[in-house]
Amino acid sequence: MEALENLPATVGYGIVLGSILTLGAVGLTLIYGIVRFANFAHGDLMTLGAYVTMLFTAQIFPALGITDNRFGSLSFGWIFLLSFIPAILITGGVAVVFDRLVYKRLKDNRVGAVMLAISSLAAAFVIRSLIEILWGTDFHFYTQGLRPMMVLPLGVKLRPDQIFIIATALVLVFVLYIFLQRTKMGKALRAMADNPDLARVSGIPTERMTSLTWMIGGGMTATSGILLGLDSQLRPEMGWVLLLPLFASVILGGIGNPFGALVGAMTLGITQQVSTLFLSPAYKPAVAFFLLILILLVRPEGIFGGE
Amino acid sequence: MSLLEVKNVVSGYGGMEILHDVSIHVEEGEVVSIIGPNGAGKSTLMKTIFGLLKTWDGHVRFADEEITSVVPEQIVRKGMCYVPQVDNVFPSLTVQENLEMGGFIRDDDLGPRLNEIFELFPILKERRRTHVKTLSGGMRQMVALGRALMLDPRMLLLDEPSAGLAPIVVELIFERIRAINEQGVTFLIVEQNALKALENSSRGYVLVDGQNRLDGNGQELLADKQIGELFLGR
Amino acid sequence: MDDVVRILHYLAGSAITASIFGIFALGLNVHWGYTGLFNIGVAGFFAIGAYTTALVTTPLPSGTAAIYIQQAIGLDLPFLVGVIAAGLVAGLLAIPIGFLTLRLRGDYLAITTIGIAETIRRVFNNEEWLANGADGLDIGQPLRNLSFIPPNRYNFVYLIIVLIFMVVIYLALERGIRSPWGRVLRAVREDEVVAAATGKDVFRFKMQSLVLGAVIMGIGGALYAHYAISVNPSDFSPMYGTFIIWAMLILGGSGNNKGAILGAFIVWGIWSGTMLVTRNIIPAMWSARAPYFRFLLIGLLILGTLLSRPQGIRGEEKQVSRML
Repeated sequence: MEALENLPATVGYGIVLGSILTLGAVGLTLIYGIVRFANFAHGDLMTLGAYVTMLFTAQIFPALGITDNRFGSLSFGWIFLLSFIPAILITGGVAVVFDRLVYKRLKDNRVGAVMLAISSLAAAFVIRSLIEILWGTDFHFYTQGLRPMMVLPLGVKLRPDQIFIIATALVLVFVLYIFLQRTKMGKALRAMADNPDLARVSGIPTERMTSLTWMIGGGMTATSGILLGLDSQLRPEMGWVLLLPLFASVILGGIGNPFGALVGAMTLGITQQVSTLFLSPAYKPAVAFFLLILILLVRPEGIFGGE
Repeated sequence: MSLLEVKNVVSGYGGMEILHDVSIHVEEGEVVSIIGPNGAGKSTLMKTIFGLLKTWDGHVRFADEEITSVVPEQIVRKGMCYVPQVDNVFPSLTVQENLEMGGFIRDDDLGPRLNEIFELFPILKERRRTHVKTLSGGMRQMVALGRALMLDPRMLLLDEPSAGLAPIVVELIFERIRAINEQGVTFLIVEQNALKALENSSRGYVLVDGQNRLDGNGQELLADKQIGELFLGR
Repeated sequence: MDDVVRILHYLAGSAITASIFGIFALGLNVHWGYTGLFNIGVAGFFAIGAYTTALVTTPLPSGTAAIYIQQAIGLDLPFLVGVIAAGLVAGLLAIPIGFLTLRLRGDYLAITTIGIAETIRRVFNNEEWLANGADGLDIGQPLRNLSFIPPNRYNFVYLIIVLIFMVVIYLALERGIRSPWGRVLRAVREDEVVAAATGKDVFRFKMQSLVLGAVIMGIGGALYAHYAISVNPSDFSPMYGTFIIWAMLILGGSGNNKGAILGAFIVWGIWSGTMLVTRNIIPAMWSARAPYFRFLLIGLLILGTLLSRPQGIRGEEKQVSRML
């Protein structure tokens, strides 16, 4: 059957998609575990990360007369990599600012978690509107020119860019793991997610830790967006359409569990891709939705969720 | 001068006043218990002292310093630590990580203090890398105590340390409390188990309906007829 | 004199859209304001209503039209039937949706509603046999057979039609909220646990509320479709179909029907007002981006409202919203 012949390639691409989702899902699960409301602006943080990268790579650096060559068969050079830094800092910064100006104040006014979620919805549209104002709704790319040819290991067809995406996701998740397990700050974040009141009672500076979480979560999400833009193209709604798969990944893996987010994201990515063998690709979000309903009905606390 | 002085405190939750003019004092080196029926306001008193609840009226002084409006994050730096009744550990962290979190605000190496805690609770040393959520109630309580001790506090506030524990374990916990007290830590304990509390305390207060009712030293209260009927089932 | 009438006609057009959004806001108020259901999938019921009336009131394409237009059914029934059918179908669809989602906690419910709306939109966009896919369908104006109404006075007539619907829905809701049923709904919103403890079947009440709100949104969708005289999947985006309605409810005051309508008129007033301004002031290059300035403004307006006066203009002082 033609479908089965394509399976390795499809799964391969599913891993690419899963890698992109992983970074966003890990960012989301970290934040969700600490702030305890669904942040609907998360997708647009991805979009922001991608567009800031494009701003530097395609506009600012060339305007300053700085150019570079591509690395081997990748579609980018060191300028693109360097642009990650402002993208991560700015996106993380925006996340922290929103927390300080909006979410924290709403929490102090003791509105419920739903109001916080509504405000995050408004924040999502504010970010997206700004991007649409500044760059319009056309597609954009980081770099011009043809995308390099496909590489064919093991019958799996991937572009070198996509291998870079998988590698980047794995490296960043690993770094985060080390941070959470081996450093004092990381442990404090885990403690806060576990029991915020006890963390406070122990003297842990919970407000600063919350800002740190937004910074890290926002930064990982920005990277997710950058990689998404690398894989396809930049559009203002690029992040919003991934909200459903991101939440599905997080819930599947158990809220607050970064490893669970990784597993969830890979599951989502591969399942969504494999579904295109017999469904129109336009229904990928519907597949994510279906998976989400399934988890919520069967095991709402997620695979690795606690008691 | 008492280590802890609570004078004419009024406080509560939301619109409801729970404590109506409560006063206690704790001297350095003592173990003082607060007993009383459910809803008397014992936990409320502890939370008010530690700054988790706002004091509506009255004063709290610790080590000759006014701490009435000080937040918990600052109170721990002054040498008073608190063990809540429920949710008093970080379940998904290991035993050692729980202790490390207790010592978060210290700038020195935690190693020596960790060893001291493990000497107090040898069972915890064996299980230092175990996730706390898999531990029994008694061991969790030890972790909870250990966490609070990491900052070398002058005084510990314990909210119902015996809650949900089997009698043998309760005995063990109170024995450890005595041991820690001998090392120089002052205790203020809120307890539902009046007998155990008074047996192990220098002094006790009886709180009923948010007000002081009785107080005296541990042995006196144990012998008191009223208390016997009300709380000790005699 | 002619100019005045032209301006009034234009304003009537704005009022029509505002009233239709007012109906959506009333529907959302049943979900969120009365029952505490965090429904971010309004666009889904909107789309269902619009498409239902499209399929019910247009004939199947024949002749050369059949080459370009595909649709599953075409009943060619009158406008009123279309609107009622729209409400019914939306309400019916709410039932399985309710079974899937109503037992979920608030933020999960919200996420699933996003998925539902998005799936509905994609189905209409992709399944060309259903309703012509991405090209959409054209439908007729109601009362088009009444040829004595000149086109440049049409808005006045349609405005009256829409206002009648809005007022009837408003009155029905006001009646409903004061009834015993309405009181239980409020109790559920305030504290579900307590409501359940008093023996009320919370799930049944939530389902009734979901269906009622959906019916209202379906009717709104049909009225919208007949005003726009076409339906197209891109009309039902999260921005236009859901977010703007939430903005209206938050600004006007959730939990309050007058607030819902007021919010609709204010937000739409800002929308069309700024549209006039930008058309005449902003240079052509930026005018293509003008809608996004408007969305930015509305987004900031919501944030400002939530921070300073979360109950909205007409909302109740005590805004209780529990979720976790």
